[in-house]
Amino acid sequence: MENLIQDLKIQIIDQLNLQDLTPQDIGDDQPLFVEGLGLDSIDALELIVLLQQHYDIKVANPEDGPKIFHSVKTMAEYITAHKKAA
Amino acid sequence: MHYLNNWCHIRHQKITKNGQTIFEDEQADTGTFLLNAYKQLAIDYPKFYKMDNLCKLAFLAAETLLDGTSLPALAPAEDLGIVLANHYSSLDTDIHYLETAQSFPSPSLFVYTLANVMVGEVCIRHKLKGENTVFIFDNYEIPFLCGYIDDLLAINAASAVIGGWVDVMENHYEAFLYLASHLNTENSLFHDHKIIETLYGKPDTGFENPDH
Repeated sequence: MENLIQDLKIQIIDQLNLQDLTPQDIGDDQPLFVEGLGLDSIDALELIVLLQQHYDIKVANPEDGPKIFHSVKTMAEYITAHKKAA
Repeated sequence: MHYLNNWCHIRHQKITKNGQTIFEDEQADTGTFLLNAYKQLAIDYPKFYKMDNLCKLAFLAAETLLDGTSLPALAPAEDLGIVLANHYSSLDTDIHYLETAQSFPSPSLFVYTLANVMVGEVCIRHKLKGENTVFIFDNYEIPFLCGYIDDLLAINAASAVIGGWVDVMENHYEAFLYLASHLNTENSLFHDHKIIETLYGKPDTGFENPDH
């Protein structure tokens, strides 16, 4: 899980062009939206693309979004639970 | 009579304000030049990194132009306007977006596939809430744009207007912005199209690309 969280931080910085941040700047439990990293609705769409591109996971129910994308840790938990068997 | 209070020109790897060089980076391509300029000018605005090159260019030109100018002291937000023009519209980003669409269309690129988004970014940053327009022209039509801004000021549709030309296509980039208002400050010039033509100089040849 720790490796996945680290990978996710790097991918988020790259996908969202957060070039002023390093992976160390993003806490595992830090909220990604509003009071945390301050991401917006376009960033949310980019995170959905990220899951599909890197992990082949489609978010079927948009209402699950706030839970899945609450933090890097919740994203990692969702990926672990939904990634397809190799 | 209206006045031109400051002007800024970005082209040929150089940023100038009122004729003085602010930043220069001879080796850089468009993206690197804009990023290096942002860092050198010590601006703290993380959203800059997410912008496309057209918005980055407009943003940096507006930052340079308005450095040292208090817009709230000049006019209420509703009376601050911006009127820009360019040749390539948002084509530079449209092409990049199309490339991503071959696999996963990028939402963050899609939002920049309109030329007037550059005006939106400047308005958000500097809290401009007045008239805003982007024209797409073959060339920088200085007499037309000067007249348009004069009309806005004359009928009190705006008290101060940022005007000019902001254009990007691959490694061709150019921004020429000026601030026009009723205010006659110590170093102001007349807001006159012949004076603007002199300040602007010769047009960049970037849009004479035979491939276009």
